[in-house]
Amino acid sequence: MFQHIGEMVLMLCRTLCAWPQVWRQRQKVLDQLFDIGNASLFMVCILSLFIGGVLSLQSGPVLADRGLAGVLGAIVGTSMCKELAPVMMAVLIAGRIGSAMAAEIGSMQVYQEIDALRTMNINPLSYLVLPRLVAIAVALPLLTIFSILIGWFGGAVVAATNPRVGVPFQSFFRVLSENVDAGDVANGLFKSLCFAIVIGVVSCQQGLATIGGPRGVGRSVTKAVVNSIVLILILDYFLTRLLLYFQ
Amino acid sequence: MNPVVTNHQGVSVQVRGLRKSFAGTPVLQGIDFEVAPGEIFVIMGPSGSGKSVLLKHIIGLERPDAGEILIGGKPVGSPGVMDRFRLAMVFQSGALLNSLTVGENVGLYLSEHRLKPPGEIARIVAEKLELVGLKGASDKLPNELSGGMKKRAAIARALVIEPQLVLYDEPTSELDPLSAVTIAEEIVRLRQRIRATSLVVSHDRDLAFGVADRIAVIHQGQLLTIGTPEEVRRFNDPLVQRFLSADFKPSNHPPTP
Ligand SMILES: Nc1ncnc2c1ncn2[C@@H]1O[C@H](COP(=O)(O)OP(=O)(O)OP(=O)(O)O)[C@@H](O)[C@H]1O
Ligand SMILES: [Mg+2]
Repeated sequence: MFQHIGEMVLMLCRTLCAWPQVWRQRQKVLDQLFDIGNASLFMVCILSLFIGGVLSLQSGPVLADRGLAGVLGAIVGTSMCKELAPVMMAVLIAGRIGSAMAAEIGSMQVYQEIDALRTMNINPLSYLVLPRLVAIAVALPLLTIFSILIGWFGGAVVAATNPRVGVPFQSFFRVLSENVDAGDVANGLFKSLCFAIVIGVVSCQQGLATIGGPRGVGRSVTKAVVNSIVLILILDYFLTRLLLYFQ
Repeated sequence: MNPVVTNHQGVSVQVRGLRKSFAGTPVLQGIDFEVAPGEIFVIMGPSGSGKSVLLKHIIGLERPDAGEILIGGKPVGSPGVMDRFRLAMVFQSGALLNSLTVGENVGLYLSEHRLKPPGEIARIVAEKLELVGLKGASDKLPNELSGGMKKRAAIARALVIEPQLVLYDEPTSELDPLSAVTIAEEIVRLRQRIRATSLVVSHDRDLAFGVADRIAVIHQGQLLTIGTPEEVRRFNDPLVQRFLSADFKPSNHPPTP
């Protein structure tokens, strides 16, 4: 997995060199954005609702037993926006969108479509990789914002309805808004932007590196998803360390 | 970034000492030949002899282990060659983009490089599709086409480029005799119209002897002979003769133009 990192960095640089083409490829970016939203919005809602809910459910009773139920809003609010939403959404999108990107580009490679592009002097990086990378870099932070809001809501609902927690809606959100500021949300969005680039680069690189027929496509898809998730979790630690300096 | 080629001229191709192995198995073992601008050069040879690999080297999709390939006197891998010359390749499998319609595939070069306004592109695409007998297939997706239709769409896609050098990998292998004749005519006409250089890989002896200025016969990665159709026909080598006369039943083939 790590031997690809050099190739991935190289691909990222080359793709960024094709950046001026992005306006030309805007239709493809929009198509990709639409696909991503279409494929994942519903899952994002469900998943975020339950993540927020279980967060309240786990920490709520523990805090309530010690008479600290009041800070639940701060805990759910911060952990959702700084950690859980960016990471969980990145994992979800790696599975849902990264796999599709690797499969599509991989089968284009296998069926010589990429060779055909090259013979027409069309750079596969600006034609295929750039629109996908831009789309995912826009979509994942947006989905993360969405996820944060729904996660907060899920946490609040559980906090209000679970008898062992019993924190009313208003006080949950009052504590939340006192403790979570725009910087915390920006923190999460920065992470999700980094994760989006990881997913896009890993998936496209695996797709382009596909060899050997339909089986090769399957192999690339698996690798794209697994490698993305591993890199996301490792990167998450270091990004957290880095972002601590800015607080 | 793209040349606005006003007076089309074919480009020359020089292949010198080309060698290539895949995982230790030699596929091309020292290929040398030259193709003059505007020439129609046909490469024949048995299946697996390395013809498709040779074409991929010429258009720069594969890197040679040894030797060099010059297009218009410039090494094919050097920067700018693809921008400077208009090249096209018709893949053995067609290699249409499956996510685009046939019309979008055929117009891809023009639309992606912004060479013509959309209305003009649509007109050119319709014209080329009609030429290869695919009128009305413009809005179909490639997987709704038969093998031969895909091949013809791929040929239309190459013609739209108005290339200075076209590489055809078995352009007629999946076609009925009548379409094969149309394609052969089109290969010749492209040369008359824009003086394009054509490299044709084919098993189809009627096509080869009908259109070729010169023919090369390749066997196990080596050229057995290069010459005019007459010279190749008379070439006294058991391998070449066996290849040229195998299953030859003139009554089953229509005459080529
Ligand atoms: N990417 C590759 N990896 C390994 N071996 C390859 C590769 N491409 C081609 N070969 C080998 O090179 C040889 C020549 O293949 P090529 O496709 O050029 O044959 P061909 O002359 O075009 O045959 P056909 O007429 O059947 O199309 C074959 O033995 C094939 O197994
Ligand atoms: Mg072949």
